[in-house]
Amino acid sequence: MQELTITRHNEMIDPLLHIWGWEIPVYLFLGGLVAGIMIISGYFVLQHRYRHTVFTTFYLPYIALALLSGGMFALFLDLEHKIYFWRLYTTFEWTSPMSWGSWILLIIYPALWVNTLIRIPEPFKGKIPLFDRLSALLHQHPVLIRNIGVLNMVLGVALGMYTGVLLSSFGARPLWNSAMLWALFLVSGLSAAAAFVHLITTDVYEREMLAKADNAFLTLELFVFGGFITGLLTSTKVHIDAVRLLLDGPYAPVFWVFVIGLGILVPLAIQLFAVNHKIRHTAIAPILVLLGGLTLRFVIVYAGQYSTWA
Amino acid sequence: MSRYGMVIDTVRCVGCMDCVVACKTENNVPEGFNRDWIAYDVQGEFPTLQMEIRSERCNHCDAPPCVYCCPTGASHVHDVGGVVLVDYDKCIGCKACVASCPYGARFINPEGYAEKCTFCIHRVEEGLDPACVSVCPTHCMHFGDLDDPNSEVSTLLASRRHHTLMPEAGTKPRIFYLT
Ligand code: SF4
Ligand code: SF4
Repeated sequence: MQELTITRHNEMIDPLLHIWGWEIPVYLFLGGLVAGIMIISGYFVLQHRYRHTVFTTFYLPYIALALLSGGMFALFLDLEHKIYFWRLYTTFEWTSPMSWGSWILLIIYPALWVNTLIRIPEPFKGKIPLFDRLSALLHQHPVLIRNIGVLNMVLGVALGMYTGVLLSSFGARPLWNSAMLWALFLVSGLSAAAAFVHLITTDVYEREMLAKADNAFLTLELFVFGGFITGLLTSTKVHIDAVRLLLDGPYAPVFWVFVIGLGILVPLAIQLFAVNHKIRHTAIAPILVLLGGLTLRFVIVYAGQYSTWA
Repeated sequence: MSRYGMVIDTVRCVGCMDCVVACKTENNVPEGFNRDWIAYDVQGEFPTLQMEIRSERCNHCDAPPCVYCCPTGASHVHDVGGVVLVDYDKCIGCKACVASCPYGARFINPEGYAEKCTFCIHRVEEGLDPACVSVCPTHCMHFGDLDDPNSEVSTLLASRRHHTLMPEAGTKPRIFYLT
């Protein structure tokens, strides 16, 4: 038997660590969603879809810019010493994933902006002549367009991975000590993005393709979850205790019902019927996938903070 | 280069909390927060119970995850004694260091920056002991250079059984408890 009593009761630290509220899960979710959108948008560019479609390819980078800014704002809200925010950009700390992330986020803005130049939507045409000239220049050199597609895909992967690496670098939090976390967040980001584009696109081909892609991502996510859980369950006592927070502990109902059940299995089943033309595509499956992705970030961030070596 | 550390004799400690009060006073620690605290650790089965009383604080780890994860360089290893410190003007209050510390040694000051034990570096640089060490009525706390084989801390470690807290977390803590 061991009984430990301590006289410390610091706010947010005791009795259980809870330093990150809703802001960080929202930031990680939006970061993952933007990562997925960049990968899909880059893929569309490489597939020359900007020549055919009227909607998603043109607007995806704009939507990504808005979502990314929303995520950055959530991150900003979480900071306790806000007026020193700029300190992030006066240094590069190579051992700090958060520093890597801040710089990656900064590079993503111009990458999304050049992506918007590939096809300026009608209402914006002629508003800023420089942008129109740059757009024309891109079309004179298709190799530039290809490079923008590749750049968006590469940065999307980096951003999606970063959202997981950020957490898994915290050795003190056993639930996050998994080399699968980056893959889990990347796949979940891709699946959320596929669901999001599926939801908003007006193009039948894109809808069908993204529903199929989302099914693949959701299936992959189940395998990654399997690896994540098995890895922790076969590790030390603290890691087993940590993952049991999700499996049969206080987070189990939310984890099994909202993340695995309603977030993955149900939409996967609905979309399998839809792509096999047994039922019509509706907004239900993609909305469930998006909510499941958001809940996943909440569960992992909250339960991870509670997991401890003590 | 010196490498400061502490050696605390749990056989002598009576848990009087003088060190806790001294730290709060010396460092103006905000109300409701503690940079150091007392742990009462009871182990065994009745009637063969054993109690260890420990004065705990930041371990000024040799492999400090709080420094590695800090995105602004606010958390750093000080030139003098390798003490782990926070530069309040660089801290953005992201709380990464708080999450990274397995000991819960850090907290967020109500003004927004991360705070923790400094080994009273302002006193140490003037040749004094940290406040907690200087007030302990049982003289159970010792402060000094772990790299100097003739220092009091090194000789105590060479002659007495000791342990650190959660060595399995891999941070190489520099506070040693004599048993
Ligand atoms: S005890 Fe915690 S705050 Fe102190 S140096 Fe070690 S990891 Fe950092
Ligand atoms: S809270 Fe401050 S000291 Fe801690 S990691 Fe963030 S910037 Fe660094």
